Amino acid sequence: MLLITCPWCGPRDEIEFRWGGESHIRRPTLQSSPQDEEWADYLFYRKNPKGLHRERWVHEAGCGQWFNIARDTVSHEIVEVYRMGEAHGQAERGKRP
Amino acid sequence: MNWYSGLNLIAQGLRGHRGWEPAWRSATPKPRYDVIIVGGGGHGLATAYYLARNHGVTNVAVIEKGWIGGGNSGRNTTVIRSNYYYRESADLYEFSLKLYERLARELNYNIMFSQRGMIVTAHSRHDMELSARWAGAMRRNGVDTDMLDVSEIADRVPALNVSPRARFPVVGGFVQKRAGTARHDAVVWGYARAASALGVDIVEGCEVKGFVRSPSGSVVGIETSMGRIVADKVGMAVAGHSSVLAGMAGFRLPVTSYALQAFVSEPLKPALDTVVLSLATGMYISQSDKGGLVIGGGLDRYSSYAQRGNAPVIRDVVGSVAEQFPPFRRVRLLRHWAGIVDVVPDSSPVIGETPVPGLYLNCGWGTGGFKAIPVGGWTLAHHIATGTPHPVARPFQLERFKTGALIDEAAASGIAH
Amino acid sequence: MTGSRGSAGRRLRDGGMIQRDRPVAFSFNGKRYRGFVGDTLASALLANGVDLIGRSFKYHRPRGIMGAGCEEPNAVVQVGMGGETTPNLRATEIDLYEGLSAVSVNCWPSVSFDVGAINGVFSRFLPAGFYYKTFMWPSWHAFEWAIRRAAGLGEAPKQADPDRYETRYDHCDVLVVGAGPAGLAAARAAAATGSRVLLVEQDSHVGGRLLWDPAVIDGTEASAWIADCRRFIEAQPEARILTRTTAVGYFDHNALVLVENPAGSLGRAGPGAPRQRLWSVRASNVVLATGAAERPLVFPGNDRPGVMLASAVRHYVERYAVRPGEHAVIFTNNDDAYATASAIVRASGAVSAIVDTRAEPPRQLVETARASGIRVLAGSAVVGTKGARRLRSVRVREADGRSRDIPCDLLAVSGGYNPTVHLFCQSGGKLVYDADQALFKPSGSSRSVRSVGAAAGTMGLGASLLEAHEAGRGAAETGNPGNDAPRPSPPQASGEPPTIEACWRVDDGRGKAFVDFQNDVTADDIALAARENFRSVEHLKRYTTLGMGTDQGKTSNVNGLAIMAALTGREVPEVGTTRYRFPFTPVSFGALAGSTRGELFRPMRRTALHDWNVTAGAMMEDYGGWQRPACYPRPGESLEAAVQREALAVRNGVGVFDASPLGKIEVKGPDAATFLDRIYANTISTLRLGSIRYGLMLNEAAAIIDDGVATRIADDHFLVGTTSGGADRIAAWLEEWLQCEWPELDVLVAPVTTAWAVLSLTGPASRAVLGEVGTDIGLAPQDFPHMSFRAGTVGGIPARVSRVSYTGELTYELNVPWSLAPDLLERLIDAGRSHDILPIGVESCLLLRLEKGYLHVGTDTDGTTTSLDVGWGHVLKRTSDFVGRRSLLLPHNQRTDRLQLVGLESVDGRPLPLGAQLSLKGSGPRDADGFVSSSGYSPALRRGVALGMVRGGREKTGEGVIAVTSRGRFQARIAPLAAYDPQGERING
Repeated sequence: MLLITCPWCGPRDEIEFRWGGESHIRRPTLQSSPQDEEWADYLFYRKNPKGLHRERWVHEAGCGQWFNIARDTVSHEIVEVYRMGEAHGQAERGKRP
Repeated sequence: MNWYSGLNLIAQGLRGHRGWEPAWRSATPKPRYDVIIVGGGGHGLATAYYLARNHGVTNVAVIEKGWIGGGNSGRNTTVIRSNYYYRESADLYEFSLKLYERLARELNYNIMFSQRGMIVTAHSRHDMELSARWAGAMRRNGVDTDMLDVSEIADRVPALNVSPRARFPVVGGFVQKRAGTARHDAVVWGYARAASALGVDIVEGCEVKGFVRSPSGSVVGIETSMGRIVADKVGMAVAGHSSVLAGMAGFRLPVTSYALQAFVSEPLKPALDTVVLSLATGMYISQSDKGGLVIGGGLDRYSSYAQRGNAPVIRDVVGSVAEQFPPFRRVRLLRHWAGIVDVVPDSSPVIGETPVPGLYLNCGWGTGGFKAIPVGGWTLAHHIATGTPHPVARPFQLERFKTGALIDEAAASGIAH
Repeated sequence: MTGSRGSAGRRLRDGGMIQRDRPVAFSFNGKRYRGFVGDTLASALLANGVDLIGRSFKYHRPRGIMGAGCEEPNAVVQVGMGGETTPNLRATEIDLYEGLSAVSVNCWPSVSFDVGAINGVFSRFLPAGFYYKTFMWPSWHAFEWAIRRAAGLGEAPKQADPDRYETRYDHCDVLVVGAGPAGLAAARAAAATGSRVLLVEQDSHVGGRLLWDPAVIDGTEASAWIADCRRFIEAQPEARILTRTTAVGYFDHNALVLVENPAGSLGRAGPGAPRQRLWSVRASNVVLATGAAERPLVFPGNDRPGVMLASAVRHYVERYAVRPGEHAVIFTNNDDAYATASAIVRASGAVSAIVDTRAEPPRQLVETARASGIRVLAGSAVVGTKGARRLRSVRVREADGRSRDIPCDLLAVSGGYNPTVHLFCQSGGKLVYDADQALFKPSGSSRSVRSVGAAAGTMGLGASLLEAHEAGRGAAETGNPGNDAPRPSPPQASGEPPTIEACWRVDDGRGKAFVDFQNDVTADDIALAARENFRSVEHLKRYTTLGMGTDQGKTSNVNGLAIMAALTGREVPEVGTTRYRFPFTPVSFGALAGSTRGELFRPMRRTALHDWNVTAGAMMEDYGGWQRPACYPRPGESLEAAVQREALAVRNGVGVFDASPLGKIEVKGPDAATFLDRIYANTISTLRLGSIRYGLMLNEAAAIIDDGVATRIADDHFLVGTTSGGADRIAAWLEEWLQCEWPELDVLVAPVTTAWAVLSLTGPASRAVLGEVGTDIGLAPQDFPHMSFRAGTVGGIPARVSRVSYTGELTYELNVPWSLAPDLLERLIDAGRSHDILPIGVESCLLLRLEKGYLHVGTDTDGTTTSLDVGWGHVLKRTSDFVGRRSLLLPHNQRTDRLQLVGLESVDGRPLPLGAQLSLKGSGPRDADGFVSSSGYSPALRRGVALGMVRGGREKTGEGVIAVTSRGRFQARIAPLAAYDPQGERING
């Protein structure tokens, strides 16, 4: 049961949050006329790393804000939390920001 | 290979069971094989078995990082069924169910396939509409099914709360009578024993570190913790870790890995003689031959490679049992486990070629890979041996994510299964 | 302590922690006995001389009590009757209470004469995994029923559980698990810093092994030290002790799950109390002082009633004042069991011999034993036992190789201790093997988890107390480094750790040597597993069922894997342990569900008009989590008839529908129009002020996720209407796009669904009724046309009124403050009386929309239906982007033979069966040509009306289809969507 530090509300139990999958996925614009392959890549293909994963969560039962987390998918350790639009640090496995 | 039978058991018993041979040979890898299968779970072992049995390809190695059957083959709720909505899915899972029906005799290994039926219960008008449509599709697909009314369900599942005052009153449902459960480990060991007897090398404790590529980029072998092993073709059936292996081969997959939890109660005298799935809560329950109530539910709520579960999901799934089966509240949960499952966007498998020549893929079974072990093995073996997809696996190619031809059971039937 | 034979046979005259002034009557297998408050069922049965408690799982061998706690594999009983009956409880864990009634499980007709024992006779043909090798002809089904009946232990209750369960949430700086000497020392040190400390103990008393092993701490008797610790901890304002509470689960980020049995027994709840309470505790730091559990020795005949763990013997003597036998033999490979000999002697029992597998046991122990007149047989082993239902003698093979029988009725065995590392492993910790002590112990501490005392493999009392004290203080100071409260000094005690020489199996002698007692796994079974290549520890477990009983292998796992190591020429750590998983001990489903039961399990939502609806006789049903009126049947009227009547009332006059669950989301800001253009498949920005437009929302894969109307209230202010089921989902969807993809847009999203109740006044007479109720909004059609919006008052109540219709009739959707809805409804009903106004339910509303061919998202569409499939090709003419647009262009979505929404009519006018599969002319029986998605009988048209999804259906209007069901085939044809009022004139009133 994760303890997630919402950048606005502080540490809260995971049941207040909802997971939104991989972060920092670039959405192809209409102007760039993405080919089917590029569109499928955006839509369906994921890094799904065994290890550090940058993902987005929303504090659904709290402030309602989306934010980013860097989490280890094996140990579930959360090594970095940052707001939407904020540049993320260089968090690597085991290092806290 | 010893022949397994009641008579032989008696004969061996008189000699203190000293004559039983290893169920499968533990092999050290040869430098070269025709085909290497990465992943010693049910799907991988079945692939090796059918390569040998159906296609005469016996110079095959199954490479397993841990112990055979240690992944999802040994971490599931053992349900076998083919109650699918789309014809493509129904054809695939019905093929599998038919193989299961004769598997014990074919492998000479009692996998204890118990066709005790599976009842899907509906709890609202919307559920009933969905059930009618689902059952209609099953009939069209040629899969046995019957609609059930409340009294029929109450007779068959006495512990289920069907009262109109229940939080989830039961308004009806449908059954697939040929569905059931099997002993999951036995399926793994049965395939391992039969494959081994046909000459397949089973290598445990051997971790794949990378792929060997030809100058043209094809996969021509693997690098392992036991050294390099060369092969004409490599297949992978590593549910949960498909993305990791794909990463080694240099491509991505439309896969996210999640933990799927399951639970078993203390052993009880017979209290439930069918499989029940509730459309309202997504919880499903059956009773094993040993007497434990075997319970499953939805996926954990975020991606994970940790084979351990999460308390909120445990409480939610077990809470559904407590709510829908009030007599079972005093029954105690004995053990809990979690498998890492590949979830693809349409919850249907991928069986066939990868973007890399020479490398073949079996993945994406999500929460339902156990029931597909025979067909997963059969069709991947077919593709590897013949170079073309097996007809029932043709719709399940990776290509579909580019064309949009998804086979989305969850979207169509309203429940991920 | 001195003792002598009491009146109850094996009960000592004094001593123990039982309350002799509070006798308790109970029954076991129908016979009545007496015990005392403070007894467990196990101690009371032993005191009454009941040796035979149960039968084993497979061979139905007679079994007695082996342990004294949650490690007990044998003494499994069923307690209570009716809804309160509880299967598979361990007699060692049940606090005795007046009227307790328990029976043995898994035996028939009785525990002393059990037909199933025939399995024991044929046991040579039933080795581990025998069922994998047989029962294949003619099929498994021919045997399964019999196997199933033989399997299982207790009976599941057949009636609903009458008891109540609670859930509590808590947090603390330091959670100490286990209140034995180490746990008390750790908790005391932590509490002294002023930290928030929670000490949990599964027993009803704190003290752990000090309750049955005499010791001196800080110069006083252990009992005084325990009382002192307890007082100290409880005096700290932030520290608490929870007894009868077992920590069963250790989850991510130090979240622990505890189960409390408040003021009752495992068998039944205390008066007025919940039966169990589940605690979900988040701890900054955890100290695991979970102790260690003794393991038995593996030798032939080691399962006979009368064979007991040496520590359990002390437990019964010291704590319960029960002498489990008169003539004892001790069998050990370590020093600890010598204390059992002393305890038996103190309890006036006789100890015939101490059989020690070690060639040279510590001299001092041997001399002490001899001084009490006890023979010590070094380098010896028990190689067999005799006795039918109770031990009569043991056969001992002595160092010189000669064997002899020693009469005895109690054999106290000790194979050493296993640190209780379950929670540590659940927390992600790894184990190391300590060969000197022959045990697996934590490799260190991880993630703010500290193991102390016996749980850490620190077996000496003095060292254990010191370690625990340091850990408790360290854990507390991790959270509060600045704390300068006075520190208690560490507790002092002497006591060397016992020495041990591993002995995993006695392999001479004849007879079955059990490793897993409950599942009847013998040393020979492990040898068979090794022979057949089930050598990995997990294969061993799964093939033989070793460690898979309700005791979860607490006494068997380490012995089993060590035997496997020896058989396969490996070291013990090479074989390794199986995974330790949640839960540490079994947890009832009721406790896990906790207080979230019934209404609270998935809370049902109710509208402001709920009470009104119920009073009006509505048939309330669950629609997407809302309790809503399906219809308002009159007395004696069928639901179908009520729906028909309500629908006709709307077509001919007026009805009022409680549409409050419809989703309402305010979208406001300079970029609101731009934002909605991207969210809807159709354009919203061109909407005029006060106007309304119907729109579809797609997901990025182009599937329809919702539909509804968007209203422009001001240039920068929209009201987004969603389906009832979509209200929360769509509000979250808008936020996600706004925050994650388009943060540059200046837009505010506010869901207001439950701020506004909605009364939909629908039917040709609705304008007249609204006029009579009174409104300051001009109702003339030219002033307030279809698809427009006005704000004002209705009957004096502030209202937002929309001219939108889901019935095809003139409709006013009245949005009023939630709490004022019942008042308005009364007025509408009053005003509508002359027009025969009726409240209408969801079903007639859906029937009216079906006559009109309006889409019902989630019924006519599923997660694969795109906007193109419902005839919305024009959205691709837009030049701007919107969610899902690119996916509409994927080859599969562009196909013309996709399932498309069409109207359907049966040739003979009968309603088509809902969900029926459709077959086009010339199709094969397995072709998926579509299905009936909505169907009903139109009272206005007096025939069936239906919608369906048909392969390429939009180009096939007029063509025949066959609807196939299990009840027969229906001839039908593809029709326009709207069956009623196809020109759409009635909507204008």
